[in-house]
Amino acid sequence: MANNMGGNDTLLDVQDLKMHFPMGRKGLIGGKHQYVYAVDGVSFTIKKGETLGLVGESGCGKSTTARAIAQLYKPTSGVVNLNGRDLTKLKAKELHAARKGMQMVFQDPYASLNPRMTSGDIIAEPMKIYSRKGLLAISKKEMDERVEQLMERVGLSRFFRNRYPHEFSGGQRQRIGIARALALRPELMLCDEAVSALDVSIQAQILNLFKDLQDEFGLTYLFIAHDLAVIQYISTRVAVMYLGIIAEISGSADLYKKPLHPYTQALLSAAPIPDPGIEKDRKRIILTGDVPSPDKERVGCYFYDRCWKRMDKCKESRPQLKEAEPGHEVACFLYHD
Amino acid sequence: MTEEVILQVKDLKTYFHTDEGIVKAVDGVSFDLHKGETLGIVGESGSGKSVTNLSIINMIPNPPGRIAGGEVLFGGQDLVKLPIGELRKIRGNKISMIFQDPMTSLNPFLRISTQMIETIVLHQGLDKKAAKAKAIEMLKLAGIPAPEKRIDQYPHQFSGGMRQRVMIAMSLSCNPEILIADEPTSALDVTIQAQILDIIRDLTARLGTAVILITHSLGVVAGMCDTLCVMYAGRIVERGETAEVFGEPKHPYTQGLIKSVPRLDKASGDRLFSIRGQPPNVIDLPDCCPFYPRCDKAMDVCKRKYPATKDTGNRHAVACWLYTEAK
Repeated sequence: MANNMGGNDTLLDVQDLKMHFPMGRKGLIGGKHQYVYAVDGVSFTIKKGETLGLVGESGCGKSTTARAIAQLYKPTSGVVNLNGRDLTKLKAKELHAARKGMQMVFQDPYASLNPRMTSGDIIAEPMKIYSRKGLLAISKKEMDERVEQLMERVGLSRFFRNRYPHEFSGGQRQRIGIARALALRPELMLCDEAVSALDVSIQAQILNLFKDLQDEFGLTYLFIAHDLAVIQYISTRVAVMYLGIIAEISGSADLYKKPLHPYTQALLSAAPIPDPGIEKDRKRIILTGDVPSPDKERVGCYFYDRCWKRMDKCKESRPQLKEAEPGHEVACFLYHD
Repeated sequence: MTEEVILQVKDLKTYFHTDEGIVKAVDGVSFDLHKGETLGIVGESGSGKSVTNLSIINMIPNPPGRIAGGEVLFGGQDLVKLPIGELRKIRGNKISMIFQDPMTSLNPFLRISTQMIETIVLHQGLDKKAAKAKAIEMLKLAGIPAPEKRIDQYPHQFSGGMRQRVMIAMSLSCNPEILIADEPTSALDVTIQAQILDIIRDLTARLGTAVILITHSLGVVAGMCDTLCVMYAGRIVERGETAEVFGEPKHPYTQGLIKSVPRLDKASGDRLFSIRGQPPNVIDLPDCCPFYPRCDKAMDVCKRKYPATKDTGNRHAVACWLYTEAK
């Protein structure tokens, strides 16, 4: 179980994380409170230097999980241990200091960069904030040097430092976002769909950049994407999310070779492969229906409505995430009670 | 797929006049579409895929856009020169379109029934009752449960996948000869994408509709299309049968594109191939090969002149100086 793996090489330990967003009451007065159960009990650990891929369809809670880890949302309940400190219990000032080790890269390189700041200022901003608060000792000259080093490192010429975001292409903007995230030399990077908005040829460049940076700086990634092939390429371990819970988690090779959860199996069979020879003979598991809305409290397995292997007991109780094979956990009654 | 050509695009050019200069969004695109064929157009953002297809049905906003040259031959007529009244009889009737975002192509204020019946009455000349029956039948074919109830609902009451089914039902309700699908599944999740592609494949095969499928996903093309055109900077750089192009890609861009997609069936480990550099700015492009700054096989001639499209045999054509015409 995830909870028992609090060894020294564990960087992030998330236990039973829940994020419920209130939606007001049902009825006018005295009605029951309504919630969106965006993340509904997620546990996993990430070791130092590892990449955990988080994959799932829209609305399954991938991004909310990352934001709740970064404490951008205050989680409803649960524990987020970064280097052994529970971020959910820290005071604002302590949290600020702890966040230095954890940075985010976002999906939309158009929306996540301030259009009125130059690329150099954008990359320097985290350093300025932390040095102003006395959490980072850095001189102006060192800061300028680091900005230039970072720009060169992510594949941007340092002569671009006085240009504004609109002067860059989408791929270059994502490089600025990555340089900004690296500025404070974090241990953990939370990458939320960081390559999803990019064209194929640029996506490959940025994926390679993420891998190189990991080797060079020993970074640890929580890498969120909806593209299964991207997740397979970048991840050492993979967690599949569905409606706010983890359906399956295992080593990357294992999960893709032998998916256990019916949802993972359907997801893998639905993803197209760019090879007409293979596509022609492929058997697909086509799921019926849509992902249900996460605004209802539910009993039983969350995947019950769409599952093609459902049994009677799946309707009544919810399977827990348990080890089915060594290092391979799945939340499904087909493999355990 | 038969030999009968139903749509012929010849040297189509669509330019946009902007403050910074002329954007040659489509610059000399030619292809044939056969009866019942599914043709894929792939390319990255800004390569001119969507503009090509908007130009086919002459829906380029003018100004700033303008079809600067070329012909689109359909049913013995050149759609580029056709007056608007005649065009309207073709759009939505003989050639229909579905777009990426079904929410923006449905009117949020009108019931699905109103929107579908309008099209059918207009183009098929049925009365309202018969049109409604036809609409319900189409929704059923598109896999919408309880269509007789759902037809009276509003677009916001449908999920993204369901809305795209409504769009498909609507666009096929007049038995078009050609369906143009512009990134129909790009906004959808992968399990819903599989459902929608399945429906497009089944329905168009059953109705004998030819499809032009625009997408940036090589995976979608591989599973859906008989033939394929690869676009780069406003031109078709390679075209041929899908299996042939994937099996033996000729243009360095196509080769790079296929190699740079991470694949589910290949384990990770090796570095991903990536094409260096950025896609070109399409404003005031010089008349050379726009891919040469990123090409590993670039030669001197590539910087001077745009290569003609050469037929290399096996219905495979490529616009690259590396190849010569097959005898």
